[in-house]
Amino acid sequence: MKKKEMVAMLLAGGQGKRLKGLTKSLAKPAVYFGGTYRIIDFPLSNCSNSGIDTVGVLTQYEPLILHSYIGVGSDWDLNRKNGGVFVLPPHERENGSSWYRGTADAIYRNLKFVDQFDPEHVLILSGDHIYKMDYHAMLQYHKERNADCTISVIDVPLEEASRFGILNTEDDLKIYEFEEKPPQPKSTLASMGVYIFKWEILRKHLLEDGENVGSSHDFGKDIIPLMLEDGNSLFAYPFEGYWRDVGTITSLWEANMDLLSDTPPLNLNDPSWRIFTRNPNQPAQYVAPGAKVSGCIINEGCIVHGEVNHSVLFYGVEVGEGSVITDSVIMPKVKIGKNVRIHKAIISENTVIDDYMEIGIERENENEILLIDNKSKKRKSVVAKTI
Amino acid sequence: MKQLMGVINLDHELDKLNELTYFRCGAAVPFASRYRLIDFVLSNMMRADLESVGLFVRRKYRSLMDHLGDGKSWDMNRKHGGLFILPPDWNDPTDTSLGDLQHYHNNLDLFKRGSAKYIVFSGSQHINTIDLQDLYSYHLEKGADVTVVYKKIEELQPEHDLCQRIEVDEENKVTNIHHEKDHPNLYLDIFIMEKKLFLEQVEHCIAHGESYFFRDVIQKNRHKFNIAAYEYHGYHAVINSLESYYKNSLELLQQENYFSLFKESPVQTKIKYEAPTRYLESANVSNSLVANGCIIGGTVENSVIFRGVQIRKGAKIINSVIMQKCVIEENAVIENVIMDKDVHLSKNRILVGDSKRPFVIAKSSKI
Repeated sequence: MKKKEMVAMLLAGGQGKRLKGLTKSLAKPAVYFGGTYRIIDFPLSNCSNSGIDTVGVLTQYEPLILHSYIGVGSDWDLNRKNGGVFVLPPHERENGSSWYRGTADAIYRNLKFVDQFDPEHVLILSGDHIYKMDYHAMLQYHKERNADCTISVIDVPLEEASRFGILNTEDDLKIYEFEEKPPQPKSTLASMGVYIFKWEILRKHLLEDGENVGSSHDFGKDIIPLMLEDGNSLFAYPFEGYWRDVGTITSLWEANMDLLSDTPPLNLNDPSWRIFTRNPNQPAQYVAPGAKVSGCIINEGCIVHGEVNHSVLFYGVEVGEGSVITDSVIMPKVKIGKNVRIHKAIISENTVIDDYMEIGIERENENEILLIDNKSKKRKSVVAKTI
Repeated sequence: MKQLMGVINLDHELDKLNELTYFRCGAAVPFASRYRLIDFVLSNMMRADLESVGLFVRRKYRSLMDHLGDGKSWDMNRKHGGLFILPPDWNDPTDTSLGDLQHYHNNLDLFKRGSAKYIVFSGSQHINTIDLQDLYSYHLEKGADVTVVYKKIEELQPEHDLCQRIEVDEENKVTNIHHEKDHPNLYLDIFIMEKKLFLEQVEHCIAHGESYFFRDVIQKNRHKFNIAAYEYHGYHAVINSLESYYKNSLELLQQENYFSLFKESPVQTKIKYEAPTRYLESANVSNSLVANGCIIGGTVENSVIFRGVQIRKGAKIINSVIMQKCVIEENAVIENVIMDKDVHLSKNRILVGDSKRPFVIAKSSKI
């Protein structure tokens, strides 16, 4: 294989338990977002737009949809003769087999994959976040400081800092301490889970960590503290822009709602930084006479007869006459009948909502986001009227 | 082994599309929010799983080739067969062929290399969703030399005037082919025949100084050959003039047309990576087709909006077709207009055409 300056390794094996039913049969990075995307489109598109053409995708939990979705990578322009996208599930080896035991272990078990490109640097990404970022600019920063490791950070409000992995730095952003979810945070710089390592140094620490039986084999918990202990130079790379963790039903819903303002904080229409995705090639959306669409995002293949307000509709959704949808996320191919009302809910792919159903209209908790699929719809809805 | 190959011949396109075809051929004209006319025939051929498709182009084919690429969008980027785009470049000094026979004579390799035994021919201006495998079975069943496709039109339209008609007997055997305007059996510019017979006839025609295959072989020999007719029943529109373009575009807003064109058989096109369309709070949209990548803050009624169009607050679009990447600024009003790609319309402008004769704005204009 041809030598590469930097290879990306994308950790996509997580289950995402807090996304409940959405990740019942698919991995978290394959969860839908923003009317047409899956979460993994963001890191993959960032790689493509940053000129990184070699990406290993580490999969483990329910990989079927993820594997077929990534395919040969042509949707992200990652079908390359030299490099490209590689799906890397756990595999059997001479001395036995086991699952990936942690984020660092997943890379440790693919040392041979990275080694074949003989890279100077390795970019570690996760498939959990919605953001647009130029990894090449981060690499420049990493090289300018001759850092052994650079961790991308975002400034979070102090009261939320204890939900994140927090990096404590000197004035020049040199990291001296990493604290996972500290009760009393000393800084507001939260790790975004985006790391660039000098491969030679990461490789040494992965080998050391791999032999350590007591380790949880995690980048944040094990590798970073180990590197700090060994006196390596670690820097924080401040990122400014939109970045959201979409690990829970509420945060996924909120990030979708963020797209709906007249000038959204995340611009998906920027031709210089496209978010690529697999296009289902649906006909244009049809907005019928008497329909009302405002403050919403609607994908192709939708047929709207009712009213859609402040909501996200994925492809192939049908909304019947007299139905009103507000503050909701409707995933692909959901069929909504007539005179339905839906408020503050996420409706899973392929769900059929019958005429006159009411979802989330009368609710005990205004802040709760209802997750509805074909199984839960009867329990969580009220039939307002039957003909 | 695949028994069928396809030929799309653009030589017979009628070009009364004015501004829309100044810089592109008829087959490359954008239609239905996100397609070009060629997509419909290619998608039909894709569904029929043909061995190969030869596309004969003659003029203004730059944008067509850009659109088609290597045929990947129609699954025609194959190691064997797939899509062949064949521009008119030939330098054989002994060549005496004329008309569309030039294409066939100078590209004999296309026909001789493949193993398909039958060829289905089509133009690009009749939009339909024909099942070509069914046509093939019908052709074999009838034991015909040639099978031509027609649709019985209940209400003939002006755009049908220039189309040929197929007269049939009670067994759907062709008895006559002509241009009688009031005959309802419209020929859809699609026929199928055995490759061996086709190649024999091409040679024969060239030897006799003939110039057009359909006219000089099929129409002329209608009594000599056994010609069967296949009646097509699905969606159909002829796009050969501005008026027919406009009328058929807006008729897609009737649900039965939209469903019969799109819902049973998916139509493929070149993929763009546009975000889904965003409607602002101020948007007011009804009875319209809208593709992805648009940002709509104004009013849109009875219109067809292509990919990446921006319609700012207070702007009003009525009974119009707005092609890719147009920008309509605040408070502009557009009625009965076909706006080609990349047009920028400034604030407060008013453009109103006639409902029978729409106003056409050429590509990339700034108004």
